[in-house]
Amino acid sequence: MSAAPVAPSIWADQDSRSVRGARLLGSRVVTFCLVELQKLKHDRTELVTRAVQPVLWLVVFGETFSRIRAIPTGNVPYLDYLAPGIIAQSALFIAIFYGIQIIWERDAGILTKLLVTPTPRVALVAGKAFAAGIRALAQAVVVVAVAALLGVALTWNPLRLLGVVVVVVLGAAFFSCLSMTIAGIVLKRDRLMGIGQAITMPLFFASNALYPISLMPGWLQTISRVNPLSYEVEALRGLLIGTATNYWIDFTVLGGAAIAGILAAAALLGRLSR
Amino acid sequence: MSDAISISHVSYRFGDHLAVEDLSLDVHPGEIFGLLGPNGAGKTTTIRLINTLLPLQDGEVHVYGHDLRHEAMAVRRRLGYVPQQLSIEGGLTGRENVMWFARLFDVPRAERTERVDEVLAMVDLTDVAGRLASTYSGGMVRRLELAQALVNRPAVLVLDEPTVGLDPVARDSVWARVVDMQERYGTTVLLTTHYMEEADALCDRVALMHLGRLRAVGRPDELKTAQGPGASLEDVFRAFTGGNLVENERGGLRSVRSTRRTIHLG
Repeated sequence: MSAAPVAPSIWADQDSRSVRGARLLGSRVVTFCLVELQKLKHDRTELVTRAVQPVLWLVVFGETFSRIRAIPTGNVPYLDYLAPGIIAQSALFIAIFYGIQIIWERDAGILTKLLVTPTPRVALVAGKAFAAGIRALAQAVVVVAVAALLGVALTWNPLRLLGVVVVVVLGAAFFSCLSMTIAGIVLKRDRLMGIGQAITMPLFFASNALYPISLMPGWLQTISRVNPLSYEVEALRGLLIGTATNYWIDFTVLGGAAIAGILAAAALLGRLSR
Repeated sequence: MSDAISISHVSYRFGDHLAVEDLSLDVHPGEIFGLLGPNGAGKTTTIRLINTLLPLQDGEVHVYGHDLRHEAMAVRRRLGYVPQQLSIEGGLTGRENVMWFARLFDVPRAERTERVDEVLAMVDLTDVAGRLASTYSGGMVRRLELAQALVNRPAVLVLDEPTVGLDPVARDSVWARVVDMQERYGTTVLLTTHYMEEADALCDRVALMHLGRLRAVGRPDELKTAQGPGASLEDVFRAFTGGNLVENERGGLRSVRSTRRTIHLG
């Protein structure tokens, strides 16, 4: 090919600002998180409606089971034991919605436009995953506030709270990617909604969110040990109410799951763009 | 002279269906180029190949000298794209929608606000930029999409049926922006439409596609003159496809009668 035509000077900056690699990834993640915050700012009712379920779990289920004392949680009051589990659960429920959102964006033509911008698929999925983290975080603040009102003895140590932020974001990133991966397989919104409902409750019950793993039958213990939600709850419980846990394992599992999820969803994203 | 977009021997297959067949086409820098044809002609597939949404199967495409197969990111940096569907984020304001794309195109932070204001003014949405986009009319949405595509100051603007579903006033206003922007920035515009009269009035050159194949390329007046005195672009189209636009849906009866010739003018 002969020399490319001289482009008008007005385009001269297009290559000089070709951001690459980790900077590009970081820039896209920040962009999608900002957009998520803007959407949240315009529609705060969702924050309230989505708070109903976790509040019911804490107030109705939590208070009742505290009285029955059916679940042995050592010297930790049951409501304290439950609160971190409910934070993880509400983050899970929000994250599972992201697969539906990406199919909606595809049907609305928005995904097409995003894919035509200089955004690699991994960066697009990572952006969405961390945006889910932002929304889950906003929800976690509500649950923490309600739990504090109910008298749960939570930590106010800023370093531990920072840890909570990381755990909630990584957990939401993984589950949103799980949902986007399934979206890339089933491609239809109603099918994904069915699958989403079919997997969220089992993920929740087959974890240590409501009761210790040691109470479960053997087969359920096995499932619970490969369920990233269990590690999310373990870490949250350790950080918020000081129960013993191995943070190395918790953070490694959550970080690894988030990365694996981003790669899997990015690999299937092409199916959604055709 | 090398071209803004150069397509050579491109074919694309969806399973058994050959959507684009051995297409070769050059779009010159700074022109408004129209890809015309009925539904199923292969226009949208061609566009989706150029904007990197579909992987190239056969043939080659270069955008300002950049090979689509190996430099997809460089191509995307030069493109602005408005898809057929009205597609904006209704949960954001008009300004936020444009700012989002300014960030996705890595417009430097120092210039972002200025650029966003500039394109919003260009599409006449400055006054309503603070409103949620979900409250916009169809024509406003389309103009907002133009602003999103223009904030990058693209070398090539790709518009897929930009005026479909809009009322005549909104259509005129969209076309006025396209021409304005083309004049101001020298942007190359590649658009698809099946409104022949619009293509005639607006495009420097047009290509007629039918059933995945290129049937004719040239300036609208050349094509009309070659067809005969008093011919419209619609007549030219009919001559090359053996039918009119509506009857020539994909695989229609008339397609059997259509000729397989391609002429190149200009």
